[in-house]
Formats: sequence, structure tokens, C-alpha cells
Amino acid sequence: MADNTTTFLDPKVPGGALEDKWDAYREATRLVSPANKRRFRILVVGSGLAGGSAAATLAGLGYQVTCFCIQDSARRAHSIAAQGGINAAKNYPNDGDSVWRLFYDTIKGGDYRSREANVYRLAQVANNIIDQAVAQGVPFAREYGGQLSNRSFGGAQVSRTFYARGQTGQQLLLGAYQALSQQIASGNVTMLPRREMLDLVVVDGKARGIVTRELTTGAIERYGGDAVLLCTGGYGNVYYLSTNAKNSNVTASWRCHRRGAMFANPCYTQIHPTCIPVSGDYQSKLTLMSESLRNDGRVWVPKDPKDRRAPSEIPEADRDYYLERRYPSFGNLVPRDVASRAAKKECDAGRGVGDTRFAVYLDFAEAIRRLGRRSISERYGNLFEMYERITGENPFNVPMRIYPAVHYTMGGLWVDYELQSTIPGLFVLGEANFSDHGANRLGASALMQGLADGYFVIPFTLGNYLAREAPDKGVSSDHEAFAEAEEAATDRLRRLLAVQGRKTVTAFHRDLGRIMWNHVGMSRTASGLERAVSDVRGLRDEFWQDVRVPGTNDTYNKNLEFAGRLADFLDLGELMALDALKREESCGGHFREEYQTEGGEALRNDADYAHVTAWAHAGDANPPVQHNELLSFESVQLSTRSYK
Amino acid sequence: MTIHLRIWRQSGPDQPGKLADYKVVDASQHMSFLELLDVLNEQLIERGEDPVEFDSDCREGICGSCGIMVGGVAHGPERLTAVCQLHMRSFSDGDMIVVEPWRAAAFPIVKDLVVDRSAFDRIIVAGGYISSSTGGSPDANAILIRKADADQAMDYAACIGCGACVAACPNSSASLFTAAKIAHLELLPQGAVESGERARGMIDQMAREGFGDCSNHTECEAVCPKGISISSIARMRRTYTKTLLRR
Repeated sequence: MADNTTTFLDPKVPGGALEDKWDAYREATRLVSPANKRRFRILVVGSGLAGGSAAATLAGLGYQVTCFCIQDSARRAHSIAAQGGINAAKNYPNDGDSVWRLFYDTIKGGDYRSREANVYRLAQVANNIIDQAVAQGVPFAREYGGQLSNRSFGGAQVSRTFYARGQTGQQLLLGAYQALSQQIASGNVTMLPRREMLDLVVVDGKARGIVTRELTTGAIERYGGDAVLLCTGGYGNVYYLSTNAKNSNVTASWRCHRRGAMFANPCYTQIHPTCIPVSGDYQSKLTLMSESLRNDGRVWVPKDPKDRRAPSEIPEADRDYYLERRYPSFGNLVPRDVASRAAKKECDAGRGVGDTRFAVYLDFAEAIRRLGRRSISERYGNLFEMYERITGENPFNVPMRIYPAVHYTMGGLWVDYELQSTIPGLFVLGEANFSDHGANRLGASALMQGLADGYFVIPFTLGNYLAREAPDKGVSSDHEAFAEAEEAATDRLRRLLAVQGRKTVTAFHRDLGRIMWNHVGMSRTASGLERAVSDVRGLRDEFWQDVRVPGTNDTYNKNLEFAGRLADFLDLGELMALDALKREESCGGHFREEYQTEGGEALRNDADYAHVTAWAHAGDANPPVQHNELLSFESVQLSTRSYK
Repeated sequence: MTIHLRIWRQSGPDQPGKLADYKVVDASQHMSFLELLDVLNEQLIERGEDPVEFDSDCREGICGSCGIMVGGVAHGPERLTAVCQLHMRSFSDGDMIVVEPWRAAAFPIVKDLVVDRSAFDRIIVAGGYISSSTGGSPDANAILIRKADADQAMDYAACIGCGACVAACPNSSASLFTAAKIAHLELLPQGAVESGERARGMIDQMAREGFGDCSNHTECEAVCPKGISISSIARMRRTYTKTLLRR
């Protein structure tokens, strides 16, 4: 809740009707001439859907781009793991879709905690993304007549999701990677893989460069530029177990936060309902089973908690298809937050299945009978195989066992309408920004947002910034600010190696994950969150006294990389708990037990919390300072989100 | 279960390497193979030894970061399975497993099981794309594509760039990797336009990187975690030959 000390952030949303804002902005925006574009150097950190598409597009426009990625190749960014699809309001199936409806579903799905103008723009450019991807050779699924095929996803009553089997993220990423490769060939992009950004360099209040570590030699490097685009993804790995890739981390964002970029809504975490359950302590990550499976799979548990029969032996009368029962109009396709909480509720009541009892069934028997095995295999074959590889069970014969897992973070660095953070010259794209998803992201919207930011938004908004900057006036990397950032990064690595304690980085990370999952997970309470704050602080102290990082700094050293990232997660974890504590309402993925309806649904408080909370770092000795961006809704009526 | 591991250890690109023996006594059949290596590494760190370095990221078999020889086979004994998705239920208590990095001149070793596969990126830069600029693309349904062609293009596009094909090939050829991209793009009308130049650019780059040529051993297809067919190689050669004749 805002008090009289709260300051307010201006998102710089253009005037005019919602439908006209983006066009009006583009018409009024300043441009950089072709001759000047090549005199600007843009640093793009990350090569996923947001970074890859931005780097390719900006280079295509003529800017000089340096692109960094943490993996050994730009093609491996974690966007690649997105399975189900990408939304757009093409309305090819003629089922009533429109830009307005995509906008409305997305803002409603986000539980009215996102910025109207951004979400509308996202819905507007979504169609262009599909055209762009097809032009690049993305092999989307097609009908026999040769047209593109669509399927349904959670939170929508139309079929607007385009897909390439269960590998849509891979194909869209390869499209962006290939576009990036074309620009590398043209000489406009310098691609630097195996680089981790360790700090942002700010000179005279503007982002002017970054400091990186080359991950095979440990060399600390300086790169200067006229603008920095942060496209480094989300921070779900703060929970240790998540569907994120092992290298996904918050360090680049957190380093920017410490340099002055505000961190918005850190508590908004998406817990995805359909993941393969945890099987043991050795578990290193969790695997998502695409939401698209809920098109044909039916979620159920036995009615009787004591029923331990095999699923095939449990007759229909003894099963509870609880999503279909509780939400008759959306059924199994309720949004992710709703489906996750419902699964937790069933398992907490003892009706969970499998060895751990923390799982529910996702059953395809009825769909197989209705559509035939071949049809199901065409739609989900690779997902079924992946499930079988991991669990040893074939979903054609036994229902899948699924449980929610951390999947996506709606929070991130605060950006205005131009995707610019509170540090001029630092732009944040994709999952790394606090984005267009409010308190809950709908399925097939992450790919849409990452590519919208990179292909269709940043080319305009970056130009508007650079048009005011003089070309060729970039700061030299000999500047003292670079020296200071490099020294800070080197010193931190030295300190991590110097502790030489008893406990491994992974052991600490597991402990942090446990605290976050238990107290800042699917349901939260004031007392739990207060405990999380103190537990995370305690763990952080222990980490800096007792961590054991093997090896040295001058070689490939995975543990050293992970130690640095964990140190930042330990700071972030505390901020997430604090943010969750301050938001005394339930909305989307943020569910406070104190604030729920009689039916157990999230209870928003629009009078006090229709705002974005953005936190400013105020030094290690001081608590972060809260800023708010008030969300004003001119075009939609705030209503209780109902999927019943 | 108890698993004996014989793992290639090499501290840096120019250092000599050797096989070293390890034992993990508390392995579970539900673990993935990489989780087994995680467990081993935790034990090594606790004993004050250097952990075994290997690349991995998504651990869902899609990013292509991981790739090691397990028991002499690229990605291990399960077909259509990247090593991150290989589970210990494929092994028995007491097994001895030899673990090595990809071996190919074009993939120099970085450390232990980590290799440098940047040659693959350079092959793509040499033409593995459809030339396009952002914006101005026609409506996605403006050009109809036969479902069979789109499906086949998708089969080839599924390549994850892991390098198993190179590691399994007696000639260390990157033909399957290169051909899969050429086939994916030329099957689509958008990509057919530049098909000849693309094939020439990529194949010439493959040779420059030090990969061998294909002599139809089909080892690549057998280990490919995505089941990419060597029919792509036949297609690539046809396109390449046609391009040469046209010159």
C-alpha cells in the first residue's frame, strides 16, 4: 500500500485512444539516419528470443551490435525449451478472435496488474511475429490445405496458438538465431558466446558498457557502447528446482539493479501446473509438460484420499475431475495460477497420487478413444516420449503424473513504455523486464512478448533514445568507471574462492530453494514471508562464511559461475519475500492466504494495490526504497477474474 | 545402485588428458546420467578434488548443450535420447561406464568433457538462414505450404546442434548437421530461393573447419537424439551437385 513517502514512476505512456497509442508514438518518434546508425554500438546481452531478435533486427537496420551469450552458442538460449506455442490474433479459425480479445485475455489473465498500453501494443504486433517467423522458415504446423494450424491454450476461449509440434520455442529461437547469423555474416554483429555479464558500467547517469567474464579462461573483459539491451531472461532458479535451464540466473539483472535500475514486482512468480513431479534429492531441475496437453488431457484425482488403486482400476464414479467440476466453462484450460493452486489444494487434502502423493493425474484415455492414438501421437508424440524417458511410464497406457513447478517470473527490471529502465540507455527486453504479463502470464505469451520486444518494439524506441545522443561519442573502456566495475567483479570472484568453507554451492542453493518454495511459493502468509526474510538473511551470512568453491578463476569453473549467481539469488530472495509481504492482496501467481474469497479464489484489492511496486537499491546497509507505478485502466473494467 | 565411472580428465586445451576411475555408491535408477555426475561432483568437492566439468543447460534434451560419449556411444545407449535425458534405469548395479568428450579435430577440448563446437555456428553463418529483414513480410498464410513438406521440414529442423553426429562419425563429418539445415530450409518455398548458394556456402565452410566428408557409415543417424535421417545428406549432395553444374 502506498504511504505518503512513496514516490511514483512515470511510464511515459503516449496519449490518445488505446488503439492509437503505438501508431501515434511511432509517427512522433525521432529517427536515426542510416548514416548515423552505423556509428552507434549497441550491446545486447543474451541471445534468446528477445536478445536474438533484437540483435538481428538492429543490425539489419545498420547499427553496430555486439551480442553476448552465456552458452557456447547463441542457439542454446533457454527460449529453446518453450514447447507449446505462440499466440497471435490472426483469427484464421474464424472463431471470434481479434486484437482486442487477445489484449483483453492477456490483461485479464494477468489479473489486472499490467500496463494497459503495453499489453495492447503486444497484441497489436503479435500478428507481425507470425508473418516474420514464416518468412524465416519456421516450420509451423499446417493443415492439409497448406494453411497454418492453431490450437487452444489456457485462459482463452479461441484457438490462437501457433505451434511447431512441441518445439515451438526451439523453432522460433532458431529463426532468430539464423537471422542473427545472417547479420554476423554481414559484419554488423560481433557474437561473443560463453560470456557472463558481471556488471553494468554507468557514466554520468547513463548505461555505457558492461563487464563480462569469459567462461573458459576467466578473463574479465570490458565492452563500451551507446546503449545496453538486457535480454537475460527470468530468475526462476532462485527456487533451485524450476523448469529453467541450469544457467538461467538473475546476475545481469541484479547487477543492473545495484547500479540503479529498479526491480519491479519481484514476487510475481509463475508456478506452472503441469510438470513432472520431483523424484528425489538428487533432482537437478524440473521438466515441464506443455500446457497444450490440457487441450486433450483431463486432470483428476481419486475422490477418496485412501484410494491407492492403480489409476486404470479406479472407475469414473470414484474420480474427481476437479477442474471440470470447479470451473465448468474453462475446465482443464483454466489459467496456470488457477490450475496450480487447485492441484496443491487436492494434494494438501491428501488426494495426491504417486509415491510422494504430490502429484495429480493428467489422463489422455478419453482423448485417445475419441481421436485415436495416431492423432494424439501427432499432437503430443514428442512430449509423451519425453515423459516416458524421464519417468519410465508410457502416457498412452497410464495417465501422466504432474505437479506444479516454478516456470516463469513475471517480475523483473522496471521499464517504461519504451522498454527503458530507470537507468537511461539501459533497455530491458523479454522475461528480464517486469513485462506485460501482470501477476500471471498466459500460456504461449512468453514467446510472443520476447519476440515483440526484439523485432517490433525496440527498433523504434531505441532510435528515439539514440537520436538524442551524439554518435561516436561513446565512452572509452579506459574510463575509470570501467576500471571500478572490473575491480569490483574481480574482487567478488576472489572473495568467493577465498572462503574455502565446508558446504558446496549446490547444497546452499538447495537450501535457498527450500525456503523460497515453502514460504514464497504457491501460497504465502505474512508470518511465512517474515520467516523467509530472516531465513534468507541467515543463509546468506552462512554462505559467505562457509561456501566451498573449488578450483581457480582462470579456467572453466562451473562452480565459481554458480557461486556468483547464487550470491545474487540470495539477495533477490529477500527482496521477493519483502515484496510479497508488502502486497497485502492476492492476485495471479501471488496468493496470500489471508486474502481469498470464500471459494478459495484470489481476492484482489484494487483500491490499494492497483500498482506496480518497483524497488530501488539503497546500498547493502539500507532497506530498498519502494516506488509505485499506478496502473490506470481506461479501456477495461476491472472485474473479478472468473473462469467458472 | 553402485556405478563405476572411468572419466576423461583434462585440465585445459593444451594439457595432456587421462582416464580416471571414480565410484558412486548411492545412485538411483530414477536419476539422469548428468545427475549422477552432479552427485559425483558434490562428493569430489567435499573431498577437496576438482569436479568433472561438462556442459549442460536445459536438461530437457532440446538445447543441445550436453553431449558426451557414454560407454563409447554418443549420448549413451538409449536411442533418440540426449545424455541429459538418459536415466540410470538404463544401467545395472555394478556397471563400469567409460565417459569421454566428443572427439573431433574440429571440436577442440576446452576442459574435461567440455568441447568447443563454435565450428557449427560458423557453418550456419556461412548460409544456414533464409535472408530476410524484420518487417514487411507477407501474411503468414499468403504462401500455402503442403503439410507433408512442412512436416518434413520440421523433421530436419529438429536438430539441436549437439554434435553427436560428428562424434560418432569415423570421418568426423558434420554432414548430418549441415544437411539437416539445408533440407529444412529448401523444403520450404521461402528457403528454396537461395538453396544453391546456401548449400555451397555451408559445405565449403564445413570443409574449412576440418570436418571430414561423408562415406555413408550412417553412424550419425544412429546416435542422433532427434532421429534426423541421412536422407538429408542425399538431398544436400543433390543440391550441391546441381549448383556446381549450374556454375
